[in-house]
Amino acid sequence: MSTMTSDVWVFIEQRNGKPADVSMELLCKGRKLAHAMGGSLKSVVMGDHVEGLVGDTFRFGADEAIVIDHPALNQYRTMPYSRILSDLVRAQSPRIVLFGATIIGRDLAPRVASATRSGLTADCTDLQIADVAYLRKEYKNLLLQIRPAFGGNIIATIITPENPVQMATVREGVMEMHPVDNPVAGRVHAMPYVADPEDEIVTILEQHREENKVNLKAAPIIVAGGYGLGSKGNFKLVYDLAHALGGEVAGSRAAVDAGFVPPERQVGQTGVTVRPKLYIAIGISGAIQHRAGMQESNNIIAINSDPGAPIFGISHYGIVGDATEVIPRFIEVFRNKLK
Amino acid sequence: MYHSIVLVKQVPDTANITGNVMQEDGTVNRAKLPAVFNPEDRVALEMALRVKDQFGGKITAITMGPPRASDMLRECLYMGADQAILISDRKFAGADTLATSYVLAEAVKKIGGYDFIFAGRQAIDGDTAQVGPQTGEKLHLPQITYLEEILKIEGRTVTARRKIEGGYEIVRCTLPVLLTVIKDAVEPRPFSARRVMSHKGAKSLLELEKMTEGNSLLYLDQLIHEYESRELFIKTLTMDDLKLDPARCGVAGSPTKVYKVESVVLSGGDQEMIEPTKTGIGKLIDKLMEDHILG
Repeated sequence: MSTMTSDVWVFIEQRNGKPADVSMELLCKGRKLAHAMGGSLKSVVMGDHVEGLVGDTFRFGADEAIVIDHPALNQYRTMPYSRILSDLVRAQSPRIVLFGATIIGRDLAPRVASATRSGLTADCTDLQIADVAYLRKEYKNLLLQIRPAFGGNIIATIITPENPVQMATVREGVMEMHPVDNPVAGRVHAMPYVADPEDEIVTILEQHREENKVNLKAAPIIVAGGYGLGSKGNFKLVYDLAHALGGEVAGSRAAVDAGFVPPERQVGQTGVTVRPKLYIAIGISGAIQHRAGMQESNNIIAINSDPGAPIFGISHYGIVGDATEVIPRFIEVFRNKLK
Repeated sequence: MYHSIVLVKQVPDTANITGNVMQEDGTVNRAKLPAVFNPEDRVALEMALRVKDQFGGKITAITMGPPRASDMLRECLYMGADQAILISDRKFAGADTLATSYVLAEAVKKIGGYDFIFAGRQAIDGDTAQVGPQTGEKLHLPQITYLEEILKIEGRTVTARRKIEGGYEIVRCTLPVLLTVIKDAVEPRPFSARRVMSHKGAKSLLELEKMTEGNSLLYLDQLIHEYESRELFIKTLTMDDLKLDPARCGVAGSPTKVYKVESVVLSGGDQEMIEPTKTGIGKLIDKLMEDHILG
């Protein structure tokens, strides 16, 4: 194993040459982590004709880019991607490697962590650099990997004290994304693609993808319903209120699991993270997984029949009452005010 | 004829945390949580059963866990698994996904002769989705994660549909392969009444040992032989049986450590309670309109 570095790598996920938002979000976070350790931030870009993509990573704060550009890497496939990234990690020993907790990230990261025997923590909601005392030993500049655990009843801080490489995945929308003020095109390390017979074991025959029509992240007003609404019929009230207010409909995981609302509208740790101007949570108890996806909203109204529901703890306005009575009343009063 | 190995896990039922499970300091009392068959692993077993229904062959269900995981292995037998193996050792305690996948991969190597390895995409106690791919990597197997449907099996080739962001893709792969299955892929079958009757007496080594304790008329070797001959023995593999490297098992083999655990404390304090009346709601709407949030 080579000596320890202070470099942070972000795996850049792309589809047809377009970067995933989560990769840019991770660059913003990664930049802070790298600078806290005095290291540099490197984007790892794989694909076919990725020059534009490499430029994007500099706009979002990468100091350098490691690039493998080859037609064989056009689509993500487990075997070539994990083999190439594992070889790079072994050769250059970055201190931290970050992945989006997307389907691709969750397919790739565990393979790379296993091949390089690195620690990997899934679905972190926060990442920090800190000096840590653990089991009577002092560690400088460890990555604190913070995530809800155990059904969201606790927040765990995970560390990887003894391994040279610390890996983590983060869901889309959890970290903020903004281009850097004065981007500088950094050094590009172009690496050759060397084919391996293993790469061809899995062949992609067809791909079907629809752009997500629902864009919760951009909605200024979100009305979200939970399992507490009790039935799909009652959940229609959530749609009614969203329609009246000009907002988007969302749901908790429990509401999605119960079939009240489609999965692309799920807010929370395993769904989308949102920061709207107004978030109305109806019949949502407020498990931490849900709160992780909405607690940064500017204004939160909670409507729940249980005055002890945790959602009230983070809301700005609380209404204790039966949703089937409160929602129609809300719509009626609002419509009258508009007249 | 295909041999499928199914990786299964018994998990605390985190979806149903009730009052007496939460302790005063806000932490969870694991012992009070009911242990259940991880839902997506049950779907994985169903996938394996469908392969067997169509092409014949056999199914081996394996789990790494404490002795009480044999309850779940019996459920695997009730659904139709031909064999169940408990991989259990005190030295496995505290394993993260890397250490767990090492043990599972070594157990799979020892069992050998497989065509498919099925696993649930993730377990509800951690939601990491890491153990499947990490086991696949250690076995140098290709993988198909987020499996939705097996479309075709012909000789040594499988064609399958898997979920991708915003859609799906159809992939073809040669066997052997590791597949992780999502919840909605197939509906797991209920226990077969006939199999419950024939397998409810299945016992793990540890359970047979318990039977011999304090009963001088029972000899363990005989008992094992008897249960084996009736196909009711849940084989148990320990660290020594698998000749594992202790440095790669349990806490010692886990690079990730839990540094701190905090119960979730809600800040609150500055929220305003609104009466659920027309007047109360009216005032709230006025305020939101004044602030240009509504209207």
